[in-house]
Amino acid sequence: MSISVMLSKLGEGMITSVLIFTLTLLFSLPLGLIVALARMSKNIILKNFTRIYISIMRGTPLMLQLLVVYFGPYFLFGISISSGYRFWAVILAFSINYAAYFAEIYRGGIESMPLGQYEAARVLGYSESQTFMKIILPQVIKRIIPAITNEVITLIKDTSLAFSIAVTEMFTVAKAIASSEKTMVSYVAAGIFYYVFNFVVAVVMESIEKKLDYYR
Amino acid sequence: MEIFSIKNAKKSFENNLDVLQDISISVAKGEVAAIIGPSGSGKSTLLRCATLLEKMDSGELYYSGEKAAWNNEEGKTVYANPEKLRQIKSKFGLVFQNFNLFPHYSVLKNITDAPISIQKRKKDEVIQEGLVLLEKMGLSDKADAYPFQLSGGQQQRVSIARALAMKPDILFFDEPTSALDPELTGEILRVIRSLAAEHMTMVIVTHEIEFARNVADRIIFIAGGVIVEEGNAESLISDPQNDRTKAFLNRLQR
Repeated sequence: MSISVMLSKLGEGMITSVLIFTLTLLFSLPLGLIVALARMSKNIILKNFTRIYISIMRGTPLMLQLLVVYFGPYFLFGISISSGYRFWAVILAFSINYAAYFAEIYRGGIESMPLGQYEAARVLGYSESQTFMKIILPQVIKRIIPAITNEVITLIKDTSLAFSIAVTEMFTVAKAIASSEKTMVSYVAAGIFYYVFNFVVAVVMESIEKKLDYYR
Repeated sequence: MEIFSIKNAKKSFENNLDVLQDISISVAKGEVAAIIGPSGSGKSTLLRCATLLEKMDSGELYYSGEKAAWNNEEGKTVYANPEKLRQIKSKFGLVFQNFNLFPHYSVLKNITDAPISIQKRKKDEVIQEGLVLLEKMGLSDKADAYPFQLSGGQQQRVSIARALAMKPDILFFDEPTSALDPELTGEILRVIRSLAAEHMTMVIVTHEIEFARNVADRIIFIAGGVIVEEGNAESLISDPQNDRTKAFLNRLQR
């Protein structure tokens, strides 16, 4: 196999990796905020439910969760798994896993906000939701960007776990080429792809951080 | 005309003794009242109850004759519905010890956001008024600055402007100079003095006895959750009647 064929195959795999990455963030970032609010709610059932959910998501391997989400419908409910489900199982498993991590980051950020901000808003007549959306959340986002960046970078590398249910993302492709062509080159190329991907994301996150630097 | 009154306010916290034991204060239009007292006396709690940041166990609260809170048959405080309370909140302003400006908003936005988005007043008008207020505070050149770029004294002046922008009938101050370096307290006291000259109704919790004596019409001395003594500012300071007042003032002067 020529290098260019290999690279184009890896490139196709990369598109899937990027798609997994993007969709996971798209779903898990807002879901994480909802989970964080539930975790901090006064409703004991909601609070404990989310506490257990977060604990399980953080306490078991993502690969295991992925397998459960993918094979669960068949083994638990006897629903036959269509091949189209493969990709969405990855998105589902990744989103609920990452939402748990993001939830704890949001919670840390929200709880670090000084009480005075809430009180100032309250005296000025802001409602609870206005206070949260206008005063608290923007400041929380600035505070948690470094922690979010960490998770986002981990996510890029975690996309390779989709390999465990044979979704043809970049790592799966690299491994297939490596075993059929008896070469390491595809791994090296994949490594470079991942690194560049990470580098781009890190630059983007840094620029967001800089943008929010206008206040302290 | 009575702008503000709190009647028979009682408040206790779970782990503490009674912080407020039956305190009543009313403030007339244009009056400046200073509340003094040792720390832990309940003066901050009183202010927090008055500004709806804290709920009274029992007692009544009125703003310009409108009921914010009253007692039910069992003598427990009942608060007006949220919509009513929201209206009432625009009748008073509170200046915090720690300013509590919104750090992600510019100075001008700190002042204008609530009048525009909460009071739904016309944007252009509010911005004009905001700029006038900033000029009055000597901060015309800081409209586009962010709070972290300002000194403590400047931040506190912005927070006074923010409270005034809501056009309140009465302004409460919770130890407005306590978080400031000594050399910066003067500028805040000057601003409050000029507001007094314009007959702004104010209630000021303060440790600055000399200032209270100068600017206030009336001084209320609180200790142990009760009003120990109150009266004309000048005479309460120079000729206190109660032993606890005397002891407190003596301690301060030493």
